[in-house]
Amino acid sequence: MYTASDLRKGLKIQIDGEPYIVTEFDFSKPGKGQALYRTKMRNMITGVQFTQTYRSNDKFDRPNLEERTMQFLYAQDNEYHFMDTSSFEQIFLTREQLGDNLSFLIDNMEVQVLFFGDRPIDITIPTFVNLEVTVADPWAKGDTSGSDTKPVTVQTGFTLQVPPFVEVGDRIQIDTRTGSYITRVKE
Amino acid sequence: MLDVHGLQQRSALLQAVRSFFRERGCLEVDTPIRLPVLLPEVNILPFASDGWFLQPSPELCMKRLLARGCTDIFQICHCFRREERGRLHQPEFTMLEWYRTGWDYTDLMQECEELVNVLAAAVPDLPGVPPGPAIRRGGCLVDLAPPWERLTVAEAFRRYAGVEARDTLAAGDFDEVLVTLVEPHLGCERPVFLSDYPVELGSLARKSAADPGVAERFELYIAGIEIANGFSELVDPAEQRHRFSGEITAIRARGDTAAMPERFLADLERLEPTAGIALGLDRLCMLLLGRATLSDALPFSCEEL
Repeated sequence: MYTASDLRKGLKIQIDGEPYIVTEFDFSKPGKGQALYRTKMRNMITGVQFTQTYRSNDKFDRPNLEERTMQFLYAQDNEYHFMDTSSFEQIFLTREQLGDNLSFLIDNMEVQVLFFGDRPIDITIPTFVNLEVTVADPWAKGDTSGSDTKPVTVQTGFTLQVPPFVEVGDRIQIDTRTGSYITRVKE
Repeated sequence: MLDVHGLQQRSALLQAVRSFFRERGCLEVDTPIRLPVLLPEVNILPFASDGWFLQPSPELCMKRLLARGCTDIFQICHCFRREERGRLHQPEFTMLEWYRTGWDYTDLMQECEELVNVLAAAVPDLPGVPPGPAIRRGGCLVDLAPPWERLTVAEAFRRYAGVEARDTLAAGDFDEVLVTLVEPHLGCERPVFLSDYPVELGSLARKSAADPGVAERFELYIAGIEIANGFSELVDPAEQRHRFSGEITAIRARGDTAAMPERFLADLERLEPTAGIALGLDRLCMLLLGRATLSDALPFSCEEL
């Protein structure tokens, strides 16, 4: 069990049988008054957010959450199939569940799949991924009039700004937290 | 955590506080911070220390010094309160507390105005102090020129929440209404003294002669942040014992221990009419130094230890 005094940003708690993550938290205590824990939470399954003020004697269950390393196998229609690399068990998540992760997800990538009980609800992809550039304007060498960056598209369909020397067929490293270019990768 | 320059400014503010009170003839005292018995207050959770307690406030010892014949005293000390952590809370914090014999709470409001103005001017180039005198925080530019606003709790609840403070107290959500609806409005253009709290919320404060339902207690707010809590002290030992009984019952109902502070009550017999105030010095430093959180205004926050 957690008590209200355990609440903090990022804490995962269970309310009415569903897992929630604390997204904003503020402790208040008016002089001579009670401690108030003002909390904004997101339902980890539905994404619905709500705010609630708790007091010291409020208690919360710990949600049964577990992360497993799994490999992305293939997508079929709206289903994205993953395999547990140790047990070979297969599961799938929907396009909606994966959200922005799809910008960086490629075949055979190893990700962390978050389970609530035996139900997969979310994935965490690596912080840095290497993706192949599929669309880019050619680099006009010696062009000093142009800007410092240009847009390119990578194999997942994601577009980002990169230095002008990046060309189609190059592999580039991307920070998946920000979607920004890190470096060109030599392989 | 403060950098070296911030530490120098904080030190200069501490020196300015001492000069302010010494010039006014107040005696600096340093009372023990580890105590065998506390003033029972249901909403303050003390840290235990080998069978005794770390002080949540220096009030007990300072009033006992007043009973011994001191008249005007001040103290800068560390206080400890369990389970208080947040943007504006740390479980260990620095309190400036002072007492003025023969004064009432309105006299202390005026001295607060003078103190904050002196501090804002005492240290050059404080990041939170634009010319004015003023304090800048977020979207607030708080004009420090006295007199500051005086607002009763009853008026504030009607104005900002459209409810009667008494009704919220009966319904058990006085604190929620205060924090969510009222506090954000307090002291954004100029500081405000929120005063005349329901008597149930000032167990050490004197009842108002004009309205026995309220206590002569105030809180100073600057930019929506509570900075200080002052009151005309309750100096009637029988009345004080009665109010402590209620607090002790509530503390025991929670499963904690509390005892009647008998030496304190015996000393209270000899107390003259007095006004006392506790000011959160870290919070004031935070405002004057233009820092976002309490942690940013300290040498170390508890998270950095």
